Amino acid sequence: MIGALLITVIKILVIILVVLGGVAYMTLAERKVSAWIQWRVGPNRVGPWGLLQPIADGLKFVFKEDFIPTGAHRTLHTLAPMLTLMPALLTFAVIPFGSTLPVFGHQVNMIVADLSIGILFIFAIASLGVYGIAVGGWSSNNKYALFGSLRSSAQMISYEIALGLSVIPVIMFVGSLRLTDIVAHQGSHPWFILSQPLSFLLFTIAAFAETNRLPFDLPEAEPELVAGYHTEYSSMKFAMFFLGEYANMMTASALIVTLFLGGYHFPWVENLPIFVNGGLLLGLLHLFTFLAKTVGMLFVFLWVRWSLPRFRYDQLMGLGWKVMLPLALVNIFIYGLWSLKDLN
Amino acid sequence: METALFYVFSILAIGSGFAVVTRRNPISAALFLVLAFFSLAGIYVLMDAFFLAAVQVAVYAGAIMVLFLFVIMLLNLGPDDLPRFMTRKVKWLYAISSVVLTVVLLGIDLGRRPGGEPQALSGEVGAIGDKLFGEYLLPFEITALLLLVAIVGSVAMAHRESAN
Repeated sequence: MIGALLITVIKILVIILVVLGGVAYMTLAERKVSAWIQWRVGPNRVGPWGLLQPIADGLKFVFKEDFIPTGAHRTLHTLAPMLTLMPALLTFAVIPFGSTLPVFGHQVNMIVADLSIGILFIFAIASLGVYGIAVGGWSSNNKYALFGSLRSSAQMISYEIALGLSVIPVIMFVGSLRLTDIVAHQGSHPWFILSQPLSFLLFTIAAFAETNRLPFDLPEAEPELVAGYHTEYSSMKFAMFFLGEYANMMTASALIVTLFLGGYHFPWVENLPIFVNGGLLLGLLHLFTFLAKTVGMLFVFLWVRWSLPRFRYDQLMGLGWKVMLPLALVNIFIYGLWSLKDLN
Repeated sequence: METALFYVFSILAIGSGFAVVTRRNPISAALFLVLAFFSLAGIYVLMDAFFLAAVQVAVYAGAIMVLFLFVIMLLNLGPDDLPRFMTRKVKWLYAISSVVLTVVLLGIDLGRRPGGEPQALSGEVGAIGDKLFGEYLLPFEITALLLLVAIVGSVAMAHRESAN
């Protein structure tokens, strides 16, 4: 009992440290990748290749003045950045980031909570992410911030529907909401990116919209809204909004990997003779495969951001309601018809 | 452990429910309602109704309350736009309704027959799905139709507004 609790606590700590450390280096990666795409050099002054830049940034954030504007709702203004960061970290609880690792003779599952309602849990928690942005914009007592948060509420509600509906064929295929079942299924069948390409496409587009990334970053569109919902934030509170955004991106990438890119499976290689016995080597292989796939997916997020222009607001809503939603419904219907053949 | 958690969630639910009606700022009231829904979901989890808990958070806390917030922000309601709440009439209503509620709760508690508890349905998604799409298929589909009618009605009303 105590041992199991201890292992869970250690897993939670490791995940939070990895995610927050990853977020810090995502900010560097964003600047490096953008520089690379735009034929620039990027940050290269702090440490070799600018590798210590996140530490410099963090120190700068800590020493900035923490400013609350006049007429702002003080409690909610402070609460909003926390509300953004929390759901982003919570969703990681049900994502399997590896198979099992032997630790002192125990087989430890590389997942914090293997819930039977895994995907539903993620959707439930992810739908709370909008509160941070909405409350942050409203409590700042600033019209640009309010516009940003209104836009983001509308955008997140619209794309959440497409996000949820796009995974349903995958759930129908596996017959389970448990994420470990979905990953196990992809170990013996083709990955869902191959068998459900439309689901993958819809899910990825909706995930971009849910994480407020370009081409869907209307809540913080600089040319029209100054900085959107975090216009009136400074110091560590601003940093927490940033952490939340990047942590959301990591969750989305990990989720896409889990649902469509085979999770921690590495086909063919995991059947090589040295891995057949399972144990430590196989566990490490799975862990690093998952990490590598997630990093690859994160690179796609950056790549898209620096390649595509921003949508106009009516285009965004039109795409969500008139294209994504019908396509997701048709996708479910077609897969439903196709799965009838297995009944006979 | 479970009993302790039950009391934590119950106190949270009742406390935040009380805050919903007493807060003067509509945004704070809405956020307290979210907290109340969340505590309710916690109680569902304690009853092993995981599906219900997830749906409670996703639908009520995540979707409906976001719409509420959206509307409050669009109308830009401040504390001064609302009438004062604790008038003499409201205090009388409080007293009457708390007496009625106590009587009802006592009635439920006394009327419970020994061993007469209904067979609990497993909280797993499969079991709920079987019930919904098997035994209760007709009511389920009728509910869907009802929602469709509501959507069509609201769209029709919105269109009539813009035509004028």
